[in-house]
Amino acid sequence: MSDPVAQLVFLIIKAVAMPLIIITMVAFAIYFERKFAGFFQARVGPTYLGPWGSLQSFGDVFKLLSKEDVIPLRSDKPVFKLAPYIAFIPAFLVMAVLPFGPVGGEPNLFGHRFDYVIADFDAGVVLFLAMGAIAVYGVVLAGWSSNSNYSLLGGLRAGAQMISYELAMGFSVAGVMVMAGSMSLVEIVDGQKGAFWDWYWIPQIVGGIVFFIASIAELNRTPFDLAEAEQELVAGHLTEYSGMRWGMFYLAEYVNMIVVSGIVSTLYFGGWRAPFESWNVIPGPIWLLLKICALIFIYMWIRWTIFRYRYSQLMSIGWKVLLPLALANLAVTAVVVSVVG
Amino acid sequence: MNDAIDSATIHAREADSTSPDTPPRPNVEQLRERKARTRQHLETGGDIMTISMGPQHPSTHGVFQMVLDLDGEVIVDLRPEIGNLHRGVEKLCEHRTYHQIIPLTDRLDYNSAFAMNHGFCEAAEKLMGVEVPPRARYIRTIAHELSRLANHILWLGVHIMDLGTQTFFVICFRDREYVLDLFEMLTGARLTHSFARIGGVAKDLPDGFEQRCRKVIEFLPKRIAEYERIVKHNRIYYKRAKNVGIFTSEDCYAWRVTGPTLRAAGVARDLRKDEPYAAYDEVDFEVAVEYNADVYDRFLVRMKEMRESCKIIRQCLDGLPGGPYLARDAAHSLPVKRDVLRDSAAMIQDFYQVFQGPQAPKGEVYRAIEVPKGEMGVYIRSEGGAKPARVRFTTPSFYHGQAMPALSIGETVPDLVAIFASVDVVLGDCDK
Repeated sequence: MSDPVAQLVFLIIKAVAMPLIIITMVAFAIYFERKFAGFFQARVGPTYLGPWGSLQSFGDVFKLLSKEDVIPLRSDKPVFKLAPYIAFIPAFLVMAVLPFGPVGGEPNLFGHRFDYVIADFDAGVVLFLAMGAIAVYGVVLAGWSSNSNYSLLGGLRAGAQMISYELAMGFSVAGVMVMAGSMSLVEIVDGQKGAFWDWYWIPQIVGGIVFFIASIAELNRTPFDLAEAEQELVAGHLTEYSGMRWGMFYLAEYVNMIVVSGIVSTLYFGGWRAPFESWNVIPGPIWLLLKICALIFIYMWIRWTIFRYRYSQLMSIGWKVLLPLALANLAVTAVVVSVVG
Repeated sequence: MNDAIDSATIHAREADSTSPDTPPRPNVEQLRERKARTRQHLETGGDIMTISMGPQHPSTHGVFQMVLDLDGEVIVDLRPEIGNLHRGVEKLCEHRTYHQIIPLTDRLDYNSAFAMNHGFCEAAEKLMGVEVPPRARYIRTIAHELSRLANHILWLGVHIMDLGTQTFFVICFRDREYVLDLFEMLTGARLTHSFARIGGVAKDLPDGFEQRCRKVIEFLPKRIAEYERIVKHNRIYYKRAKNVGIFTSEDCYAWRVTGPTLRAAGVARDLRKDEPYAAYDEVDFEVAVEYNADVYDRFLVRMKEMRESCKIIRQCLDGLPGGPYLARDAAHSLPVKRDVLRDSAAMIQDFYQVFQGPQAPKGEVYRAIEVPKGEMGVYIRSEGGAKPARVRFTTPSFYHGQAMPALSIGETVPDLVAIFASVDVVLGDCDK
């Protein structure tokens, strides 16, 4: 088997396996979210299905699939049906550029070179930002097409939130791009060679915090879950959705959480690298998985602990705090890099 | 009847003027400005979206409906729809004897059921001229303050949940259990106690109640301190609650808003202090007052009140007098149940009270007491006999619900949720 053919086979295997792995992770992320919520609240969480209730998410999916799919009479039906896909698919696409192990170098698998990334794409970070922007269309269109006031308010909020946070997010990533000298996630990980003190989280700590906060807003989670604020808008853009269409939004939320955790660990925490170089005997994907799990836990922790911001407060944080911080971070990084390096 | 109301209003005004030297005034200019802007917007006409919040909505605490006119997210008009839970309690009262009305009052404000029992019994006793023995007055005070604790803890949980954090709700629910367990021990029921009787209470304190109650009131102030650690100094809560839903003392008078909302506006109006009933004139406590009249101050007032409640219960347990727990008044109150099968007079009294009911004189009374949510007034008109001719409950939630337009026009939808929770409306109490 010549190398291009082998690469093609590998690519197909990776492209098929990755969504399956993500979906499985989502099932367990949902399970852990409910279990952790239980523990935070002095409850036990799900217990019935499977050992310690671990099959709960699968049961939920079957329930959702078997439910009636109600489409409101006066909704904009094609858009109403399209919106869940727009929210669901972009999240997966980002996984294509996320490296989960070493890329390039010597042949490492049956005499062929296996790259631990689906597509080493020069503008990987931009793809991530772009997909985040497209996913918001799913929410806005869902809000618009439902022909419900609550949905409309949810969609509006999601749109305004996205605009406020995408900028801060983009500028905070720019600091990392300047340091790595590339927009490719593979090269960003290559730039973080060494132990955990060589990773970008120390030089880019301001940008990292801005990015993390902005990513919570991107994920629509408390304290920034305004688009579906239950106590205010019932379920925001999801109000009119039922059955598996609702389930797709729900899954998209968790896929997004895994993807964003992956991006955060790649940009700031060395991606698939071990915290000490000698620990690199343990393969990269496992380190990446551990980092993703830790970040997901932090997201859950935040969600079950603190209050929701008001719409206007969220905007003012985005524009008046995070954006200037991200810009300052970028300016300082650019000056330091051009002087020192 | 009119005298009572007038004296109450005058008293409240006095309390306002005698509050500490130059109390800080609420940030009213901001509120007025916002409301003026809203009015201007309505006159010039813009795109208004009408949205029906409720009767089925996660944060309307039951079946309260608010029809909102929104400009973006700013509320330009709000129409509260009251009555979705109307059960005709007042009409039902006309067909029941005074004893049989007590369980109906449980269902008014089911979060503080004992306080409702108590209010009705106070009014009926005033009508019939029944003297309540001291032990019964003390037991009533204890139960009333326990219901205040249960109500405020639940209020806190729900209020915080409306601001987006669900874990805190569970913490509050867990602590409310301790109070409900005490009620279960005392009355046999956790929610609808029907514990007060005309002339006293249904049962004496059970064995071991005192120790257990002392444990709970030792422990609750620590929990209240914990709530304050979590909520009071929380940056997001502060931002969400400070200067939101300002409702000055003038507004409160205009809309008859009472209770913690009025006290948060700087008025030291508390019927427990002003027109004492039960054992409140024999215990030492302070009326919680704050001055900024916003959601944050309503929270502070309730936290203080919970501490004071623990203090009152402790004093009542310390000074609990002996003697009967039910008035020896054969014409108006039930006999002690233990005596019914031993004593022929008590048996006759029991038959008489159960089958015929207490014989009330002709006349009308109005009696108001301070329930956890505000002032609850009971008006009874009697034309003699065992059944009242007319009963009217002026329950706080009704007035708080109808004040929603004044409270929230000019605010945004997320603030509306916080404001609605902060005035503490229970729909059983509101719709009657």
